[in-house]
Amino acid sequence: MADAGAPFRIEGDTGEWEVVVGLEVHAQITATASKLFSGAATAFGAEPNTQVSLVDAAMPGMLPVPNKECIRQAVRTGMALDAKINRWSRFDRKNYFYADLPQGYQISQLYHPLVGEGEVEVLVDDKDDSSAKTIGIERIHVEQDAGKLMHDQHPTMSYVDLNRSGVALMEIVSRPDMRSPAEAGAYLRKLRAVLRYVGSCDGNMEEGSMRADVNVSVRKPGDEFGTRTETKNVNSVRFVMQVIEHEARRQVELIEAGGTIVQETRLFDPDKGVTRSLRSKEDAHDYRYFPDPDLLPLELDDAFLEECRGSLPELPDAKRKRYEAQGITPYNAGVLTAEVETARWFDALLDAGAEAKQAANWVVAELFGALNRRGESIENNPVTPAAAAELLRLVADGTISGTIAKQVFEIMLESGEGAAAIVEERGLKQTSDTGAIDAEIDRILAANADKVEQYKAGKQALFGFFVGQTMKAMQGKANPQVVNERLRAKLG
Amino acid sequence: MSVSKDQVRHIAKLARIAMSDEEIERLVPELNGIIGWVEQLGEVNTDGVEPLTAVIDQKLRLREDAVTDGNCRDEVLANAPEAQHGFFAVPKVIE
Repeated sequence: MADAGAPFRIEGDTGEWEVVVGLEVHAQITATASKLFSGAATAFGAEPNTQVSLVDAAMPGMLPVPNKECIRQAVRTGMALDAKINRWSRFDRKNYFYADLPQGYQISQLYHPLVGEGEVEVLVDDKDDSSAKTIGIERIHVEQDAGKLMHDQHPTMSYVDLNRSGVALMEIVSRPDMRSPAEAGAYLRKLRAVLRYVGSCDGNMEEGSMRADVNVSVRKPGDEFGTRTETKNVNSVRFVMQVIEHEARRQVELIEAGGTIVQETRLFDPDKGVTRSLRSKEDAHDYRYFPDPDLLPLELDDAFLEECRGSLPELPDAKRKRYEAQGITPYNAGVLTAEVETARWFDALLDAGAEAKQAANWVVAELFGALNRRGESIENNPVTPAAAAELLRLVADGTISGTIAKQVFEIMLESGEGAAAIVEERGLKQTSDTGAIDAEIDRILAANADKVEQYKAGKQALFGFFVGQTMKAMQGKANPQVVNERLRAKLG
Repeated sequence: MSVSKDQVRHIAKLARIAMSDEEIERLVPELNGIIGWVEQLGEVNTDGVEPLTAVIDQKLRLREDAVTDGNCRDEVLANAPEAQHGFFAVPKVIE
């Protein structure tokens, strides 16, 4: 593994090559119940063509009317990415002919997008704060999704389902600022987290609510940008990283063999891990954009923008800084803020009175371990933040030891009982009774006279053995600090 | 500005409209007539005039987010040349 500071390079026959990556991310606005320009539903998985209005089917004479909530969510997303919001924007028609596009054009925004330049800070290595890098956002525009084609249902026909036709998408276009698969992966993960915090997109890549077009070119370090290819519709972070790796190597080999890169659209084959050229069409990109005459320019007023800004939640970067300021390690703060559900649960735990640092360690080590084992997610976890805070309080005030806390937590997971009740009922309170502890220590030292000799002869590591034996004899209920003190006194 | 036979052929192809050479021959002067007629607008001096997006001064209206439409599959598919199992069925298109 190369260290985080070393730039990513492709080794070619003629020396080292640098890869340049830009991403166009299509994020479905999943926050809305209805489509961008019609009142048809958007829920995933409905029967084919049941969520299609006459607008979405592009029947003659239908008029598109924009959904206010779609605009609001795109503006909030732009604000969360520190981007310039354009109070005046406009919709354009992107004309192309395809079976999944009944209008014969997609309503999009080319000339005057809703959101302008912004930026995202990513950690290329989430354990290392010094691996931070800023990735520029060029623009975000709002557009319609197309329908879905199915080619494998019939020998000579393709089936068309227009349920997705007209669903609102945000196209988030990055600057060509990424220089490695890892940077692109970090950018995508961060973008997904921000969208999920904002609530505009659920970030569900399996269901297609987030997908990326991956622009890749290569150059000798310091040279001008090379010609790029665009690999369309890549639907996981891992696949995006594979596309970059594969496409960069393919381009280097082609150039070094004397070939030239053509600007083209490619498709990724996840089974083979390779990209292949789409049938090259000389007029593929002749979209003949023009302003959509069905739609007036979109103008936003102060009240609308203020509401958008005011309704933004605390975002991952701010939350992470706040956690670190409360004494939580940078690693734990990163883990706790990566998914919005985790952060929400953890905030509720803090609100219930848990001490930040102790709570963070417990969530990352104990709770995550238990959830993994039980195959549960944090939202459907049987232990509430308030119940967890009660358990942590019993540890913090010395009522129970850390070892006993693990047992109590297991019982909580199984029975749903409260921590204090479990401790009371089963007599699990920690004891600092030196009489009882001394008695056990004396018994153990007597039974292990040989080890006592070895310890006294310098084998310090045996101290842990004596502590362990005493704790075991006390059924984990002895106060570990008292056990340590007494043992030291007796072993001299 | 005027269009050539090749441009007309290109535009027809983009719109997936099949045209014979005779039809294209006939369309070139027709389209050029239309373009020439519209181009008369270029004679008006519009220096310093803001582009007009609508003749009546009004703003784009937005609607509230609510499901008020759809769920009309039979109507949507009624005019399809072919429909099967609730889908539009079209000649196989694979890139």
